[in-house]
Amino acid sequence: MQVIIDSLAVARWQFAMTTIYHFFFIPLTLGLSILIAIIETAYVRTGDETYKWMTKFWGKLFLINFAIGVVTGIALEFQFGMNWSEFSRFVGDVFGAPLAIEALLAFFLESTFLGIWIFGWDKLSRGLHAGVMWLVAIGSSISAFWILVANSFMQHPVGYTINDGRAEMTDFFALITNPQVWVQFPHVLAAGITTAAFFVLGISAYHLRKKRLDLKPFRRSFRIAIVYAIIGTVLVILAGHSQTQHMAQTQPMKLAAAEALWNSENPASFSLLTIGNEPERRDVVAFRIPGMLSFLAHNRFTGEVKGINQLEAEYEGIYGPGNYAPPIAISYWTFRIMVGAGFLMLLLALYGLYLVLKEKYEGKTWYLRVLLWAIALPYIANTTGWLFAEIGRQPWIVFGLQLTADGVSSTVPGGLVLLSFVGFTLIYGALMVADVYLLRKYARGESEGPEEILAPAGAG
Amino acid sequence: MDLNTVWFILIAVLFIGYFFLEGFDYGVGVLLLFLGKDDKDRRVIINTIGPHWDGNEVWLITAGGAMFAAFPNWYATLFSGFYLALFLMLLALIVRGVAFEFRSKDRHPDWRSLWDWMIFVGSLVTPLLWGVAIANIVRGVPIDADMNYVGGFLTLLNPYALLGGLAALAVLTLHGAIFLTLKTKGDMVERARSAARRLWLPAVILSVLFAVATYFATDIFTRLGINPGIVPVGAVATLLAAGWLIRSRREGWAFAMTGLAIALTIITLFMGLYPRVMVSSLNPAWSLTIYNAASSQYTLTIMTIVALVLVPVVLIYQGWSYWVFRERIGRESTLEY
Ligand code: HDD
Ligand code: HEM
Ligand code: HEM
Repeated sequence: MQVIIDSLAVARWQFAMTTIYHFFFIPLTLGLSILIAIIETAYVRTGDETYKWMTKFWGKLFLINFAIGVVTGIALEFQFGMNWSEFSRFVGDVFGAPLAIEALLAFFLESTFLGIWIFGWDKLSRGLHAGVMWLVAIGSSISAFWILVANSFMQHPVGYTINDGRAEMTDFFALITNPQVWVQFPHVLAAGITTAAFFVLGISAYHLRKKRLDLKPFRRSFRIAIVYAIIGTVLVILAGHSQTQHMAQTQPMKLAAAEALWNSENPASFSLLTIGNEPERRDVVAFRIPGMLSFLAHNRFTGEVKGINQLEAEYEGIYGPGNYAPPIAISYWTFRIMVGAGFLMLLLALYGLYLVLKEKYEGKTWYLRVLLWAIALPYIANTTGWLFAEIGRQPWIVFGLQLTADGVSSTVPGGLVLLSFVGFTLIYGALMVADVYLLRKYARGESEGPEEILAPAGAG
Repeated sequence: MDLNTVWFILIAVLFIGYFFLEGFDYGVGVLLLFLGKDDKDRRVIINTIGPHWDGNEVWLITAGGAMFAAFPNWYATLFSGFYLALFLMLLALIVRGVAFEFRSKDRHPDWRSLWDWMIFVGSLVTPLLWGVAIANIVRGVPIDADMNYVGGFLTLLNPYALLGGLAALAVLTLHGAIFLTLKTKGDMVERARSAARRLWLPAVILSVLFAVATYFATDIFTRLGINPGIVPVGAVATLLAAGWLIRSRREGWAFAMTGLAIALTIITLFMGLYPRVMVSSLNPAWSLTIYNAASSQYTLTIMTIVALVLVPVVLIYQGWSYWVFRERIGRESTLEY
């Protein structure tokens, strides 16, 4: 009996799994590198050893996290060619450039200077050592920028022409000034800041409660991270708002799916809770706030927001018969979970700020306990945010230009794709276990530096 | 010279950077289990490449990105075609990279020996697979009129390609052994020296066999002419010189020679390929070339400007990082990993 494996479906699962996994580690890299650079700068300015201790403590956790970000990135870099070769041929002329620039401009910077930072504690002057950390932080942000330039082209293609059946770049400047990337990049960067802030808050809160180690560095970390969390959450929400507005212009179908808005409305209402019947495209239960969606999309309480049915008809007119709506329930819920997590974090951060200003945070045990669990929130928001962004773009791989089904490698057998999918999943699972083990151990302060083991290593 | 040729050369340069730099740290990874007698030894060995391995690996990532940007069809055909080989290589790189960072972060002997094995296997498998892949690229693989690879995995495992894999492994391990003689002190230097002495002969034999096999299995020597010129001859000569230099304890020079041998080998293979980037064994007209696989002239122009500005900057700061860590490392040094 021959089993037919649908290589398109497996390739999609594989892409989703490997990118989500990569992006599980990246936001912390983005946000924590900046925070550590700030703390180390404080050490250089004041000479206060507590700052040095903090730099090393958070630095260790940063490195454990970073290692996995790096190695999983390599798999992504090659996956476009492996699983999505038709896509690669179609967009390579435009899409390859930002990837190559990312490697040349950002990855080299980041990895070389991180090596210097880890090993250079007694080889460089203090000021230079802190400067090196700033270069690492700048490198991560540059890296995020260029990968998002590539991704933005898929969301909102600009600066190209179709020639000989493929997209060719005509305007590099248009690519990097793509309005999509200028709403996406601030959002992603702010998401990184938020992630790092809640990571540091959660672990500091744990120590403030357990009182096993010297509390001074954790009090200080807590106060810094509260400010960082306010900055992060406020920015991520503001940037998210401008993304929604941009989306109303460029990918109205994604917005309609996010709101389960079957038909155009003016003024349009925001869905608080919709339980819908997707095949029949109707609501079963719906609570909506009138005018609110118009506000989100246009900054005023009137104005049309297009519905799924009308957009579908419009797209059939442009692209020919087909189904142009993304999976609606997934879009709807992932969007809501992200936004919900965002507002929850804002509230937590505001309350924390209040407690810090009143100098009462150490006594609030319930709040400290909640913060430990709140470490999960930014991770949930990051993952659902990307699921929404990418699934909401379906059925397109490049919006309006290429369907996902046409981008997959045509000659790679499904069995191979399945094999690599299973292989990556197993290895990634094992690495996650090892990573969480080490993070817990170092976060609890159970280990300092790599001491010697007494017994000789096994076979020599 | 047209931009397509410029990019063909730039990609060769990126691969030379990759095999020269990451080459020795693969070698060091392979030698880890043989030269590290106890935990401390192993940490000394790992710390010699600790600050550098990730920066070195970015040469590979950049080469991949550059192929995508400049020759999208090459990128698409190669990576979808050599799927399984690439998948295995990615697994090797993944476990190896994590291992450096994780290994010494826990004291349990089983934990450490687990990651030591990951470093060893990752460092062994990667050069082997690269050797196989490159040999197949020059020998030719079944590529159809639509630029798609239509062979299976076993097509790639021909004796010629396997020989290429072994030669790559031997030469890079030798390169790594010489690197260790330059970066360690005490007892370890002696051990690395004797490893280099012992590795040299197999490396020479495998390389010469590979060169001879290349003569029969591919068209690159016919394309280069009966007198193949200074480059391939230089590759062999430098490898021979390395052996003599190791014996006379001039390791710095020996390292330069293995490095040159690596660079000249890549140049020979690229010269033999030019202007093709992948040879079709089904029909020469279906080969991918720097013209039919390339991006538009506009993209190539942009990328040329970017590369000419950035590559020198990268070389300067990577050079600086080797300068910062120029000291030899011994058992008494502060070991981060
Ligand atoms: C800490 C994480 C986090 C938080 C709190 C939020 N987001 Fe977000 N969001 C992301 C993390 C994120 C992300 C993972 O970084 C995404 C995926 C793609 C992107 O650009 O950023 C994203 C995508 C994303 C998109 C899709 C963009 C696109 O497809 O082009 C929109 C419209 C929003 N967000 C809007 C919001 C709003 C209105 C929020 C208000 C609370 C919000 N996000 C909170
Ligand atoms: C790191 C965060 C990202 C996550 C979590 C993510 C997640 C996803 C998911 C879940 C899909 C599958 C959608 C579907 O098939 O229904 C997808 C599709 C895709 N994404 Fe992303 N993505 C991320 C970033 C990017 C970036 C930065 C790029 C490009 C540079 C990219 C390129 C693609 C491509 C080519 C597809 C099409 C393949 C497919 O549909 O599965 N992604 N992504
Ligand atoms: C799906 C597309 C993506 C690809 C192909 C990709 C590629 C890579 C690669 C190859 C690395 C390893 C670099 C190294 O060895 O040093 C890496 C790491 C990293 N990536 Fe991704 N990435 C993707 C998605 C993202 C996204 C969406 C972001 C941020 C918004 C991001 C930001 C980073 C950062 C900050 C690192 C840190 C490690 C480093 O640069 O060394 N990546 N990525």
